[in-house]
Amino acid sequence: MEEFFHAHQAQHYLVLAALLFALGAAGVVIRRNAIIVLMSIELMLNAVNLTFLAFARFPLVQNSPMGNFQHAHAAVFFVIAVAAAEAAVGLAIIIAVFRSRTSVNVDEFDVLKL
Amino acid sequence: MAEMILFYVFAAGVLFAGAQVILWRNPIYGAVSLVGSFFFLAGVYVLLAAHLIAILQILVYAGAVMVLFVFVIMLLNLKEEELGEQRLTAFKFIGLLAVLAATAIISWKALGPAYPGAPLHDNAHLRDFGTVREVGKVLYLASVLPFELTSLLLLVAIVAAVVVAKGKI
Repeated sequence: MEEFFHAHQAQHYLVLAALLFALGAAGVVIRRNAIIVLMSIELMLNAVNLTFLAFARFPLVQNSPMGNFQHAHAAVFFVIAVAAAEAAVGLAIIIAVFRSRTSVNVDEFDVLKL
Repeated sequence: MAEMILFYVFAAGVLFAGAQVILWRNPIYGAVSLVGSFFFLAGVYVLLAAHLIAILQILVYAGAVMVLFVFVIMLLNLKEEELGEQRLTAFKFIGLLAVLAATAIISWKALGPAYPGAPLHDNAHLRDFGTVREVGKVLYLASVLPFELTSLLLLVAIVAAVVVAKGKI
């Protein structure tokens, strides 16, 4: 069991990221509540972060074309910042739509006009 | 040995809490499960030797973004009937499991040729990999323009959130 983990260490992290992304995508598709849809998008963003970090620790080449594999950590930093901004604006949009529709059901958001 | 046990514990926690997010009908339970999922994910980040990112994950997600979610959920104060009926039927549940199993098998098989044996390069043994000093060097030397633009992005997001949510200025 332990040899198996060490022989396939990189795959473990990357498959976990793929599963988390699939969970987030499934949440976006099967849930109607707009807040849950936003949360599922956060899950998908975190899955991508996990992929970045897994490839930073287990790169496929010896030397990075950027000179340093910690550029992946910088990329994750920017993804976290963009995700925070996206959550703030997305929740503001949900509040604005809730005010005119009194609903957070995405099936009822079928007209662009407020 | 310890690394393997910790990985499986954290991975199970991430997936279990992540599944709770989309299975609970009430969004407040989903928000709390999301916090748990992000805490377990921070543990996985530590296993990947990304110490700074793990701390940022807890500070930004479990601290700031989750407060925002919980705040909005309580502000909207949805009634029972507004939540809608639970529409997670047996077919959707089986479909979710099938999607997860297919994703796991396909990604495992697809990654086989890329990592035929144990990973050739393991950067976790590098000195100072993923510490504040090393990631800070990358952030402030190699990508200083995106870093400064991020502050502008956050400023725009603050203004946009206020303008959109307030209605009448």
